[in-house]
Amino acid sequence: MPLDKPYKDVPGTTIFDADQSRKGYWLNQFCMSLMKAENREKFKADERAYLDQWAMSEEQKQAVLSRDMNAMIALGGNIYFLAKIGATDGKSFQQMAGSMTGMSEDEYRNMMIGGGRPASWTPPKEQK
Amino acid sequence: MARITASVYTSHVPAIGAAMDLGKTTEPYWQKVFGGYEFSRQWMKENTPDVVFLVFNDHATAFSLDMIPTFAIGTAAEYAVADEGWGPRPVPKVEGHPELAAHIAQSVIQQDFDLTLVNRMDVDHGLTVPLSLMCGQTEKWPVKVIPFAVNVVQYPVPSGMRCFRLGQAIRKAVESYDDDLNVQIWGTGGMSHQLQGPRAGLINKEWDNKFLDRLLADPEDLAAMPHINYVREAGSEGIELVMWLIARGAMADVAGGPKPTLKHRFYHVPASNTAVGHMILENG
Repeated sequence: MPLDKPYKDVPGTTIFDADQSRKGYWLNQFCMSLMKAENREKFKADERAYLDQWAMSEEQKQAVLSRDMNAMIALGGNIYFLAKIGATDGKSFQQMAGSMTGMSEDEYRNMMIGGGRPASWTPPKEQK
Repeated sequence: MARITASVYTSHVPAIGAAMDLGKTTEPYWQKVFGGYEFSRQWMKENTPDVVFLVFNDHATAFSLDMIPTFAIGTAAEYAVADEGWGPRPVPKVEGHPELAAHIAQSVIQQDFDLTLVNRMDVDHGLTVPLSLMCGQTEKWPVKVIPFAVNVVQYPVPSGMRCFRLGQAIRKAVESYDDDLNVQIWGTGGMSHQLQGPRAGLINKEWDNKFLDRLLADPEDLAAMPHINYVREAGSEGIELVMWLIARGAMADVAGGPKPTLKHRFYHVPASNTAVGHMILENG
């Protein structure tokens, strides 16, 4: 019997559950390796070569190379793991989170100062 | 006898730690956050406990995907401050209380909560930001800390009710410890926030404030709220708030004692991506 996953229909949201975790295991473990300063240096020196040491799918590697956060999340990445890539790039959590929304950094920051995104939000294409 | 004298609830946004470490606390953006903790630091000075039982979550720091414990209690003598990718925060190492931690572990497991015992764990912003908020910048933390890590990163996280009942078990465990220790329990994380996907940046002031009201007045009813409500109303990372229910469950009124005294309440949007909520409750 399939498990109840009532969170599947929340718009613009991917819940990192055991299935996503299984898909993203190596992607996330690669991210974890970036907590060591020497690994950050190796990754920055040759990203592709560093990624090739991990049993990640080509799709996952491409998502990392292009820093496509939404794609990384869809492929099993978790934000707290992916944040290690952001840290390596010198990006803040706000810059990383904002990059997934299609907004510019300023627009996103101003939205937060203005009280954030309402819970009733739906993505533009789903609006009726 | 050891006793739980108070509970503290606070968000643990990493940018708050960075603002303190980089000397930005007087900037208008941050002053609005830190202003809400001025009372708390004074209160903490006047009410310094021997031990803080600090409920937090690890953010892919000590626990990778190799092991994902639902509830992990730190039984070590000390904990190093983690390098989360930006270099370690320039804050003191954290001293544990291994004897009380071992006692609580034994008691709580015998009350049917299967804890993982951890003897080596670098602690991340989830633990150090609440300490910084409550104690300010210091050479040495004024308290010993028992870190208690809850999995709220990989779904399913423990239910609100499970957390609330666990808090009750922790209270019993503390009160069965012979030494005369003043213990506070802190619940950290939240409030509403979402860090991923096109919905990132979600904040829900009305829901958060209702959560604070109910946490004080009727925590058992609040604990019955299903996960999906947190996700829909408080964002995917708002689910961290279940950790506040552990601290609340450990208060005297839940075991038939007097209602707690509300010493302080604060709410502000934003700190980075997150709504900051904070409350201090004293046992009467």
